[in-house]
Amino acid sequence: MQLSTKHLLGIKDLSPEDISLILETAGQFKEVLQRPVKKVPSLRDVTIVNLFYENSTRTRISFELAEKRLSADTINFSASASSVSKGETLLDTVNNILSMKVDMVVMRHSASGAPHFLAKHIPAAIVNAGDGINEHPTQALLDAYSIKDATGGLEGKKVVLIGDIMHSRVALSNIYLLKKMGAEVMVAGPPTLIPRHIKEALNIEVEYNLKKALEWCDVANVLRIQLERQNQVLFSSLREYNLAYGVSRKLLDGLKKEIVIMHPGPINRGVEIDSDVADSGRSIILQQVENGVAVRMAVLYLLAGKRTA
Amino acid sequence: MKVILDKQQLHLTLRRLAHQLLEDHLDLSETIFIGLQPRGVRVSRLIMDVIQSLNPAQPAQYGVLDITFYRDDVREELHKANKTELPFSIEGKTVVLIDDVLYTGRTIRAALDAIQDFGRPKKIELCVLVNRRFNRELPIQPDYCGKAIDTITSQKVKVEWDKEQVILY
Repeated sequence: MQLSTKHLLGIKDLSPEDISLILETAGQFKEVLQRPVKKVPSLRDVTIVNLFYENSTRTRISFELAEKRLSADTINFSASASSVSKGETLLDTVNNILSMKVDMVVMRHSASGAPHFLAKHIPAAIVNAGDGINEHPTQALLDAYSIKDATGGLEGKKVVLIGDIMHSRVALSNIYLLKKMGAEVMVAGPPTLIPRHIKEALNIEVEYNLKKALEWCDVANVLRIQLERQNQVLFSSLREYNLAYGVSRKLLDGLKKEIVIMHPGPINRGVEIDSDVADSGRSIILQQVENGVAVRMAVLYLLAGKRTA
Repeated sequence: MKVILDKQQLHLTLRRLAHQLLEDHLDLSETIFIGLQPRGVRVSRLIMDVIQSLNPAQPAQYGVLDITFYRDDVREELHKANKTELPFSIEGKTVVLIDDVLYTGRTIRAALDAIQDFGRPKKIELCVLVNRRFNRELPIQPDYCGKAIDTITSQKVKVEWDKEQVILY
């Protein structure tokens, strides 16, 4: 029993069986996290480096906690406090770390494809914790786990991703995953934030009217407006964005059904989602964070074993 | 292929184990019975049915434990994890681990580790349907044993639940 890939670079490379195995294993780890001792000795002899070239709160803490709950040894690295500022290249940095006998690399980088580049050059297993605007596979896996938990399954579920689709690695990973698992996917947002040929390229629905999108879906995954990645004006103001595309209580109350609200965090309150929605009973935002640890434990556990051809 | 326990013998043995367990644990509220995933679940359920029918007044406390994450060969070979369900405290109770075949003892070693993570039981006992006496790799012996057999490493012991028999091949 093993995953079909040595690394977790993106959902794109996973088979539906891989995804099911990860989600199922995550379920068993979630039970571990309810025990008096929330720790298992599985990865006692594994050393993992967390290589964060970009800021992160949730993902970083979540990975670190997952590693500790699996009894792995961990090293934390952040680009800002390292020799990267002295001009060391990515490959040199990683090779230096690996020469200290590190088995796995968890990596976040602002350049899309950075973990794929590393995977070609180093022997350690790599887990992508977000690369530029490409993929964020563990986020998509924990989103899928949370949807399954809240609604009972993925197949046939209608999921809408709302907001900044253009700059979102969470959106791309979610689309790949949900399509592979038989869910129906729609993206919704202003035309400037939705890539032009996404409908044909990824075989998904596109909707520019938020109310219609919410009426269509079972689950709404609201994405953060990524101001740090936008280098041109794509909407006139945050206030205007909120008026047209912010998920508000009033909008939800006007629907004929109850839908599940998700957000990968960090939330811009009052921009893409209003506080009274984010903190309501329909929101599973904090469950997503909780499930994240179990899902990451599953990924690390499944990648740590020796590979047989 | 040799039949070690046929259908009749298998059910007699399970009844005997149930009687022995009940004899030593008359107050069922002080004992937690735990079937080990995956193959100890079936045998433990059958034993529990008998125990419960012999003492219907007291509900027997029964759970299942998966030891996958406690194995000592994680890096060699990955195994699929199963469900663990222990919906009660084991603190200060007597825990009886139930499995189908005791061989190298490594599963039980992992189970002992796993149990510690749920609390500190007063005592842990082991009940197995078949005890393969040779090739133990750890100092672990059963307290209750259905059938003890002497086998060599190349042989395999299998409980066939569809035919309700235990075979050696």
